[in-house]
Amino acid sequence: MASSSLLSAAPSALTLQSVSKTFNGAPAVSDISLQLNPGEFLTMLGPSGSGKTTTLNLIAGFIQPDSGSITLDDRDITAIPSHKRGIGVVFQNYALFPHMSALQNVAFPLEMRGVRRKAALTQAHDALELVQLAHLAARLPRQLSGGQQQRVALARSFVFKPGLLLMDEPLGALDKRLREDMQLEIMRLGRELGCTIVSVTHDQEEALVMSDRIAIYHDGKIEQLGTAEDLYEHPRNLFVADFMGEANRLEGGVANSVFTTGDWTCLVPGSAPNGRVNLLVRPENTIAVPAGSADHPEGITGEVIESIYLGGTRKFVVRLDNGRRFQAVVSARTGPELHTGDRARVSWRPEHAIVLAAGDSSAVTADAA
Amino acid sequence: MKIQRRHVALTVVTVVVGVFLILPTLYIIPLSFDASSTLGVPSGRWTTSWYVELFTDRAWSRAARNSLQVAVLTTVIATVLGTALALAFRVKTRTNAIAYAVTLAPMIVPAVILGVGLYGLLVSWGLGGTLLGLVIAHTVLAIPFVVVAVGSSLSQVDPDYERAAASLGASPVRQHVRVVLPLALPGIAAGALFAFVTSWDEVVVSIFLTNAQSRTLPVLMWTQVRTEVTPTLAALGTCLLALSTLALLGMQILNRRSKD
Repeated sequence: MASSSLLSAAPSALTLQSVSKTFNGAPAVSDISLQLNPGEFLTMLGPSGSGKTTTLNLIAGFIQPDSGSITLDDRDITAIPSHKRGIGVVFQNYALFPHMSALQNVAFPLEMRGVRRKAALTQAHDALELVQLAHLAARLPRQLSGGQQQRVALARSFVFKPGLLLMDEPLGALDKRLREDMQLEIMRLGRELGCTIVSVTHDQEEALVMSDRIAIYHDGKIEQLGTAEDLYEHPRNLFVADFMGEANRLEGGVANSVFTTGDWTCLVPGSAPNGRVNLLVRPENTIAVPAGSADHPEGITGEVIESIYLGGTRKFVVRLDNGRRFQAVVSARTGPELHTGDRARVSWRPEHAIVLAAGDSSAVTADAA
Repeated sequence: MKIQRRHVALTVVTVVVGVFLILPTLYIIPLSFDASSTLGVPSGRWTTSWYVELFTDRAWSRAARNSLQVAVLTTVIATVLGTALALAFRVKTRTNAIAYAVTLAPMIVPAVILGVGLYGLLVSWGLGGTLLGLVIAHTVLAIPFVVVAVGSSLSQVDPDYERAAASLGASPVRQHVRVVLPLALPGIAAGALFAFVTSWDEVVVSIFLTNAQSRTLPVLMWTQVRTEVTPTLAALGTCLLALSTLALLGMQILNRRSKD
């Protein structure tokens, strides 16, 4: 395939050191530090306004940081203007030049680098083949569908073989089916091109599917940076725990590996902090049995208020006697069949409990009582 | 049934208003073919002699040439300067806000006052009565129109395009040349057309700044109206009307093409 000539130049290492930026007195990002290995796929994940797009714009050079430094392959690019950084960018709205055809759009960065017209158009054609759009090369952006525009934007961003690729909510404007196809497409391209990729999204599932590591953003700071497994199994605080998925929560205290809430106790791993804590358990790790069963006598009792059949799994929502709501997700084939109104007991294996010191809650989910 | 009546009423009113507005202008067309030697007194006989006189009399052809030269030069200079100003005004600072107000001032200041001021200034520079002086004056009058037209077009260009161009390696100059200006072309074309029409039609300031040699068409017409009122004026008026109509059609076509 034509792709061999497109294989990227060496992927870049990216480092951000204590980068901060304030707009009109309000800090957009504070003290952001990142270290990316060459070829890595990092997703910056967080709610709107959490600073992830600002970070992307700082890396691209569209805005200048107030303090801190940005290094690309041992080169300090903090003061270098964006047109000299050689970083590929895919915009949320694609930003394809409306007065140029798809082919001319993709050839643009090559022309900026002094490649002769004919060679530029050939290389652009190869890039479009890599995203399966060579047959639409002559079309103007407004004659292309959203998904096609996005692929042209992708081709335009990697045709000049950048070591680093930035993507701002690349899949936000696509419908669900297209989004899933494009997720795989981008991952495939990433592997083939081998460049380092930083992507911004608010969609946690997208982050889980596509990235090597994820940085969770909240109020302009990075709450935690790690692999999907790190973040899901060992969240550092409530915000991260709640962002990465559903988490059942109990408040109480820990002493000598014993967790106490109200008049109920259970064992927790020895590594759990002492003192006031939040104990979290993921729904798929939550075991639910009918109150009449002899299994799991140590469980906490409650009443099933919802029983939802989801095809492969069943989800039970249990209102515990202490008022808390717990969700348990079990296999529909092998799990128990509980119905609304049944009395039940929920429990979990001690090693599945995520115990966070009560001070580590930078947020919020109001637990529905 | 009710809706249909409203449509009919609207059409009638539109036609009446339209006719009211355009009738005075259209009236000169038959006058230009009338054989009566006094303008405005129809005689019932027809002739094209006024058109012949228009195209053979040296005074008219010289004035037409002057008008064309000045209008073309004004268009070029005003469009270039106006576009540059509009680009500069994209950056919103207090200095720019003041500069913007100053740039638009010629639109607001009465033409007579501008005429007196420009006359004094240009004569002191030794440019009174010259085509260059006239071009300078017309450019001053035309620039505000270009700035507004181009500015409006520029404000509709998504800033992401420039960022995209920058990320792809385009220096600020190339960002403007390859992306911003091509996208603002409809506004620039409209501005150029405004500049041309402003200069072509300009009479007040031009009266101060022209002599018998450098007179432009509007000035010559004005002089003629005060001295010899012949239907040659109506012939000229008809020609100008035809030109303006063509210009308007041209703008419409440009507009439609930019929307495709």
